[in-house]
Amino acid sequence: MFEMSSNLMYVAFFLFLASTVLFAVSITGKKFKTREGEEKNKAGLWGYISAVIALIAAVSYFIVRWIAVGHAPVSNMFEYTTALGIAISLAFVIIYPMYKNNYLGIFTMPIVMLIIAYASMFPTEAQPLIPALQSHWLTIHVITTVIGQGILAIGFVGGLIYLIRVIDFTKATKKVLGVEFILFSIIAGIAYILLNVGFNLADYEATFEYTNELGEEAQIDYTMPPLVGPNEGELISGGMNPLFNAPAIIASGDLNVVIWSFLGGLVFYLILRLLFRKPIGGIIQPLVKQVNPQAVDEISYRAIAIGFPVFTLGGLIFAMIWAQIAWTRFWGWDPKEVWALVTFLFYAAYLHLRLSRGWQGEKSAWLCVLGFIIILFNLIFVNLVIAGLHSYAM
Amino acid sequence: MEKVKCECGHVNPYGTYLCESCGKPLKEEKGKIANMRYEGVARRSQTYKKSMIDRVWNFFSSVKVGIWIIFALLITSSLGTVFPQEMYIPPGENPAIYYEQAYGTIGLLYYQLGFHNLYSSWWYMLLIASLGISLVIASLDRVVPLYRALSTQRVTRHEGFLKRQRVFGEAEGLDDPEAEMKKAEKVLREKKYKIRKENGNLLAEKGRFARWGPYVNHVGLIIFLIGGMLRFFPEMYTDEHVWVREGEQEVISGTGGNYFVRNNEFAIDLYDEENEMFEAALERAGGSVVESFRTSATLLKRSSNGTVGSETELEEVKDHEIIVNDPLTFEGFSLYQVDYKLNELSTFSFTLESETVDEDFSDFIFEVDLNDPQKLYEFENGYEIEILEYFPNFLIDDNREPTTINRIPDNPRIIFEVFPPDVDREDENAEGEISLIGIQVNESLNGDHDHTIRLAGVEMVDVTGLTIRKDRTLPVISVGAIIFMIGLIQGSYWHHRRIWIQNREGTLLLAGHANKNWHALKKDFSLISANTQIPSPVDQLDEAAKEKENEGVNQNNV
Ligand code: HEM
Repeated sequence: MFEMSSNLMYVAFFLFLASTVLFAVSITGKKFKTREGEEKNKAGLWGYISAVIALIAAVSYFIVRWIAVGHAPVSNMFEYTTALGIAISLAFVIIYPMYKNNYLGIFTMPIVMLIIAYASMFPTEAQPLIPALQSHWLTIHVITTVIGQGILAIGFVGGLIYLIRVIDFTKATKKVLGVEFILFSIIAGIAYILLNVGFNLADYEATFEYTNELGEEAQIDYTMPPLVGPNEGELISGGMNPLFNAPAIIASGDLNVVIWSFLGGLVFYLILRLLFRKPIGGIIQPLVKQVNPQAVDEISYRAIAIGFPVFTLGGLIFAMIWAQIAWTRFWGWDPKEVWALVTFLFYAAYLHLRLSRGWQGEKSAWLCVLGFIIILFNLIFVNLVIAGLHSYAM
Repeated sequence: MEKVKCECGHVNPYGTYLCESCGKPLKEEKGKIANMRYEGVARRSQTYKKSMIDRVWNFFSSVKVGIWIIFALLITSSLGTVFPQEMYIPPGENPAIYYEQAYGTIGLLYYQLGFHNLYSSWWYMLLIASLGISLVIASLDRVVPLYRALSTQRVTRHEGFLKRQRVFGEAEGLDDPEAEMKKAEKVLREKKYKIRKENGNLLAEKGRFARWGPYVNHVGLIIFLIGGMLRFFPEMYTDEHVWVREGEQEVISGTGGNYFVRNNEFAIDLYDEENEMFEAALERAGGSVVESFRTSATLLKRSSNGTVGSETELEEVKDHEIIVNDPLTFEGFSLYQVDYKLNELSTFSFTLESETVDEDFSDFIFEVDLNDPQKLYEFENGYEIEILEYFPNFLIDDNREPTTINRIPDNPRIIFEVFPPDVDREDENAEGEISLIGIQVNESLNGDHDHTIRLAGVEMVDVTGLTIRKDRTLPVISVGAIIFMIGLIQGSYWHHRRIWIQNREGTLLLAGHANKNWHALKKDFSLISANTQIPSPVDQLDEAAKEKENEGVNQNNV
């Protein structure tokens, strides 16, 4: 059963890939078939069908794993992040038919793939649930939240397309810097995945003895060659000597991975820039020059208007019900709760800004992008870094 | 303030932009497109600007101010997660020292600025209060005039109004405009529009109730905030912790001594490390993982029919297996499983031995209940043993005096005095053999003894940790949350759309307005044009944008 669920996920992944390719064909193909040819290009439809089948496979993964493990697969980083990828594809499958916009497909599908690939960098084994997590309300809360976040992610995609479409990449401005930063982050994410897979295949491991933050002797394993070593670290097996050592309060292993990903991303990024001699946004821009900015603006506004109530219901209301039952109080100001509130307030502010003049279009596109960054921050940083500091982090 | 009379005859309040009845623009405005927000009605905040109250009202009714408040809350909230809040630092740590020790100078600053208790600080409360005030005022400022405008609107609109709608079109030279309008009406009816007609003009409207969504959700939010504030009244809220040993009962605080909880049995299960599914994860966790822990509990109530002065009688009310995620509840109270302590010492049993006295001590055994020890133990063979002092949790304090940390028998020490039968206890000067006894401790305190007390057996019990919680604000908060969700859904998943079609001497004027989701409105127009000879109207914003782009201006905001 368990194996079968993994295989279903592979199937889904390749169908998402197929969908990406088909959407790409639907957009680039149009150029050759002028006016009367437009209708004939069915690649967009096939791309959508592929996405639907991929979604079915992904949902099957979810259900099969649920049955095999005995609880909803949303209880660790691998499972939750995968669920986010699936939720984004679900949101796409719902929203695409409303607008039939192929650009949405060609941007959303790779992001889904990237998130699922990122998820699989975490330990994928089944995990036993601690008592507090054994609750139907938890399941309802997490699934609703992730669907809400998936829909909000479509707002991000719309915003990103908008920015790439309208920003003038020939001049060096803050806007260009902003878009480049987002694209660089995506590239660094890809670099992280490739490096991680690469070193894993090569069975790389280095072990250090070091002094931890409590002043005790401890051991740490590195999965990537140590550029930065642990506090007073001494290499005991494998690998090279680090260039320098981190202070004790920093998780040096994680920092090392971040540095590798950053450098890897930088190399990719510079290669692309040297090849094309313009910003990455400028490289992508010709692809989206047919996009009607107002249409993607409306799509992202719509996605956020649809996603906001779902997110609120799951991320705040159901979360409060679960917290009341499991933690005896519906609200405790722990970092995850606070960041769910921050997300909620952010999108509430967005919706109010949309009521004001001058906040449609580009400014609102920036907000859509920023909103999703907050969601990812809550998922990655708060889970892995902030929550690690306090009592009931798993 | 004088009222404004429109040429259609309607008398509008001072400050009106678009006539409430026919829509004719009453004020000059920039741009091609009318400002349709709140239907162009007069709002109090836009009209009165004199007194202090007006100023406050105007300040809080502004959406801009509201947004600033939301952003301020957002930023302060996130600052509170930089370091753990005081309630999450390790128990027993002094925050004045802890923050600096753990996080250095920034930590110290964090503490000194009061960020370690951010969410109960006065400025955070102030922000939430401003949010509430702003919500109330902004909603009142708009909802009444909006209601009036929507209910007094006429079917026939001024041409200037139609032309200045975002979606506008004209159909000229139709063979039979009347018939085309009939067809359009049929299409709109099928799309579930509500249709009103007047002098051959038509107004099709759909989803008006969605307009009340924001107001409903704001009301829900206000109720929610009020619910949150009620918590500051002590009788609304109880939060206590109680430890109950197996087989014992404890009073439930907050119930006026009327309810007790008895721990019949406590149990804990660990995940089976052989479990195939979780093997890898359990190994990674590097130890045993708790699968569940639970208290088989009984709720007891002080009997009401007991006669005055008699021993309190407790009546069993109900049994419940308390586990995490399944509390025992009664009369608004909930008892939650939150903690446990395994193998707390409960009873010591002792024997007496002697090498010098000719007595058979083989049956000599006595038990001391560590939570409630007897003072004196008398035996058939005439021996008496007295407990002089008992330290449940022994410690030598700063003055080098023996003392106890608390009443929990984690490290019990007992001072016994043994009186053999030949000692006359009536005699003031009679002295027994005094010794201090604990686990792995056995010291004589007054010279050589003939007898030795030996610790022969230990019994332990499990203790369950329960949280006692009463929260009378929950109903208010739940009602607020439900109303909020209803309003949110109402305003987000339905959209108010209006289509005007007017016949001006054979030329049909079409105009449409949607509060959001213009896409759906345009689709409805396309459906009309597919079924009639009426062409689809254009989106004047799109047109404007295209014009700009053709002029080569890089213009994004329309
Ligand atoms: C966290 C707090 C708040 C939440 C969750 C919230 C929620 C909402 C939502 C969902 C809408 C509908 C937006 C749309 O249709 O796109 C809305 C509209 C609105 N909100 Fe709020 N709101 C909040 C605070 C405020 C505050 C503080 C003000 C004060 C100025 C305010 C004033 C308004 C106004 C004027 C509207 C438009 C009403 C209409 O279209 O008729 N809101 N609010």
